[in-house]
Parts: sequence; C-alpha cells; structure tokens
Amino acid sequence: MRFRKLAYPYIIWISIFIIIPIIMVLYYALKSGEIAGFTLDNFIKFFKSINLRVFYNSIKIAFVCTIVCLIIGYPMAYWISKLSLRKRSIMILLVILPMWMNFLLRTYAWMNILATNGIINNFLGLFGMEPLNLIYTKGAIIVGMVYNFLPFMILPIYTVIEKIDNSLLEASADLGATQMQTFWKIIFPMSLPGVITGITMVFIPAISTFEISALLGGNKINLIGNVIENQFRVVGDWNYGSAISMVLMAIILIIMMITNKFDSSEEKTGGGLW
Amino acid sequence: MVKKLKNLYIFLVFLFLYAPIIFLMIFSFNNSKLKTTWSGFTLKWYEELFKNEEILSSFSNTIIIAILATLVATALGTMAAIGIYYMKNWKKSLVLNVNYIPVLNPDIVTAVSVMVLFRLVSMENGFITVLLSHIMFTTPYVVLTILPKLKQMSKSLPEAAMDLGATPFYTFRKIIIPEIKTGIISGAVLAFTLSLDDFVVSYFTTGNGFNTLSVTVYSMARRGINPAINALSTLMFLAILILLFIVYKTSKDPEDEKNL
Repeated sequence: MRFRKLAYPYIIWISIFIIIPIIMVLYYALKSGEIAGFTLDNFIKFFKSINLRVFYNSIKIAFVCTIVCLIIGYPMAYWISKLSLRKRSIMILLVILPMWMNFLLRTYAWMNILATNGIINNFLGLFGMEPLNLIYTKGAIIVGMVYNFLPFMILPIYTVIEKIDNSLLEASADLGATQMQTFWKIIFPMSLPGVITGITMVFIPAISTFEISALLGGNKINLIGNVIENQFRVVGDWNYGSAISMVLMAIILIIMMITNKFDSSEEKTGGGLW
Repeated sequence: MVKKLKNLYIFLVFLFLYAPIIFLMIFSFNNSKLKTTWSGFTLKWYEELFKNEEILSSFSNTIIIAILATLVATALGTMAAIGIYYMKNWKKSLVLNVNYIPVLNPDIVTAVSVMVLFRLVSMENGFITVLLSHIMFTTPYVVLTILPKLKQMSKSLPEAAMDLGATPFYTFRKIIIPEIKTGIISGAVLAFTLSLDDFVVSYFTTGNGFNTLSVTVYSMARRGINPAINALSTLMFLAILILLFIVYKTSKDPEDEKNL
C-alpha cells in the first residue's frame, strides 16, 4: 500500500522531537561536570540525597490523590451513565467544561478559597470559629490535584460503563441477580479497563506536578516535580535534573507495565479518554 | 431517598468542580484589589483588562499557538495515522510505541527533553520553540484518536476505489478522509484543548518575552494576581458557554455531540 508513505514525515518528526530529546536527557544524566566519559554520579547523588524522601512523598501524595479521585469519580461516572441520553451528554459536557478554563487560573482561585483569610475561613468566622490552617499543607495540594485531575478519572470510567451492553444487565436481572450482585459481578469487572486508564491518567500528572504544589504548597512542601524544575530553571544543574527526570520516567514505565498486567482487555489502551 | 442522595452527590461534585470558577467570576466584579473581601460592584477590572498589555498579549499568544499547533498536529497526525494503519509488524509497533512516549511521560519530562533539544541546536526560546513543542505533544493524541476510526473503516473500500481507477490521492481525499472525519475532528478538538491548557511545556520552552496565559498567571501568582485576569477568565468562560450553546442548538444528532 502506497499510503504507508504518509507516515514518513511523522517518523522523521518523532525521531527529532521524541527520540533524540530522550537520548539527550539520558546523555546529560550520565554526564557530570568536567569528567570525561560517562558516570552514574548523578543517580548516586539522587539516591543518597534528601530528594529521595521528596520522591517518596510525591509518590504517596499522588497515590492518595488517585484513590480520592477514584472514590469520588467512580460513583459519579456510574450514575451519569445511568441517566437519559440527553442528560448524560449535558453532564459529561459539564465535567469537561472546567478543563477549557486555564487550569492555573482555577488553581489560583483555590488559593483564595483556602487562604487564611479566604472564603472557607471567612465562612467559619461567621460562626465564631478560629481560622483553620488550610493552605500550604499537604491537604491543600491534594485538594488542588483532585480538583484538576478528577475529570481524567470520571471520563474513561464513564466511557467504558456507557458501552456495556444493556442486555447483559437485563439477563443478569432475569436470572435473579439483585442490583448489587449485577454491579459487582458484571458492571464493576467490565469497567476495570476504564478504571485503569483513569488511574494512570491521574497518577502520572499527580506525581510530577510542580505548579500545583508551588501554588498551594507554598515553598513548604516540595514534590519531585519542584526539584526537577529547580534544577533546570534555578540551579542550572542539568545533569542532576536529567538524572531525576530519568528516574521519574523509569518509575512511570514500571507502573504502566504493572497496570497493563491487570488490564485484561484486548485493547491495551483501555477506555481511552475521548 | 436513594435517588435524592444520588442527585445530591452529583450536585456536590459539580459544586466542587465549579466553585473556583464561580469564585473567579464573582470577584471579577469586586471593587477591592484584595482577593477575599467583597467591597462593592465594579467594572473597572474589565477596563483594566483591555489596557493590560501583558495579559492581552499572553492571551493572544495562547490562542495563536493553540490554533497553529492544532492545524499542524491535525495534518501531521492524520497522515501519520493513515500511514501507521498500513504499516506492518515491528515497524508499526515501534512507531506506535514511540508515539505513546509523550502521552505516558510526565509533562515535566517531556518539557525538559524538548528544552534540551532546543539547547542542542542552540535555538533561542520563544514563539517557535513553544509552537514546535506544542505540536510535539499534541500530535500523538491526534494519531491515537484517528486510529480507531481507521480500524472501523472497511479495508476494501480504498482498495475498491483504486481498482476502479481512482488515484491514491483521489482515494485519500474522497474515501479515507470522509470515513475518518469524526476522528479527525475530535483529534483536532483534543489537540486544541491540550495546547490551550498547557502550562508545563510552555513554561520550559518559553522565553524572550514570549509568554502564554498560563505562564503569565504562574509568574503573577507570586507577586499577587491582577484581578483583570479574573475578568479575562469570566469573559473566556462566557464565550465557551455561548459557543457550546450554539453547537448544542445547531447539532441534531446527540451522538455526534458526545464525540466532542
């Protein structure tokens, strides 16, 4: 087929813009200062430094954020998929709509809501309550993350549940299953590919974000993204920054491989967002 | 009872999703520059917005980058998807896997890697670097959106056309493109959305006085945000709502709408 040739420009494009850059980052990661040849110094430095602790914290926070998104998002996706077609499309549109507003602006709005003299504390003040220390905490970062990434959990789960053949549910009811049984035996297992897509789509941005933690965590709580940003934009140690980026990339790849193992569907991509 | 709880739940989640937006909109009319105290209604931030060069230029930069990136990514991605669809074996899976890298990689790693590339060829950060990197991270999504549509298309359709004497280009234009049109459109919408909302990649590839809206907001957040930016987001939100309303009113088939 002559149509194969249509991919050639893209093959050249991805070689330049995807493959070469990754190789370059790896090259930087294996270089250190004036030393000739390659070295693992940057990686050793990372695994011995306080940043390992930061990395562990980032994983923990991203994990909590993913779980919260799943707990909030799953029922939401499920109930939306049970609505009439017209209502359903409006609801899904409403879920997508905030994503079309600049997410930094929305995160900035959260700063005002959570601030010491912000909306929540003003409201509590009406009842004579002491202002809570909400902003610049781990909790604030998690709220910001859940807020930003929740649609990425809802949409793939919704897409999968919505596609489940209704006759399966009818058959299950005919055979005497209760609604609960139908849910746990049919809907839930069938929705797993969507859940897995949702988990990866929330976890990956959550683990590497630096803007949400910079705004809502102040300078008090750093995530691994902040460390990388700092190395590239402030300190200027590209070698060290590259090494951390490579570690982050490796962790994500390992997580992807693990989640893919759980994804029993034939299509490896799971539900897909769109 | 259960139904009421269900509705309450859905309402609360939407409240959570929209609270900051409502907040931004209300406070775009607030007289005080202090963000959290209400001190009377004013339109002065809207006036200020149209005088504020920094906000206006970063807004137009964002739109221009998003439009150009979408156009290039859609063209490149459509051709790539068709080409990949007709590729075989390991070559196909190799290209697909490389295509997945920007999708799976954390934003920051993608951003850092293109930044390193631009340094390698000593390209000055600015409009071109931002545009190239936006094309770089949006195109894979376009490819991934179009591929399923190609799988749905019957393979014999283009073959039949060419057997009947159509040139490959004619077949491409008259058979393949119409068959995958909905995929191309959703790919373009996705690319546009991603580019518009991007911060991380722009942040690492921007420079030379060229800022996108996100980068401006991020740098403003440190020194206190000008409420004019609230005014801008209110206008943007209203524009999106009006646009959606028009789309909703003019589209007849609700199935089409879902693909948006």
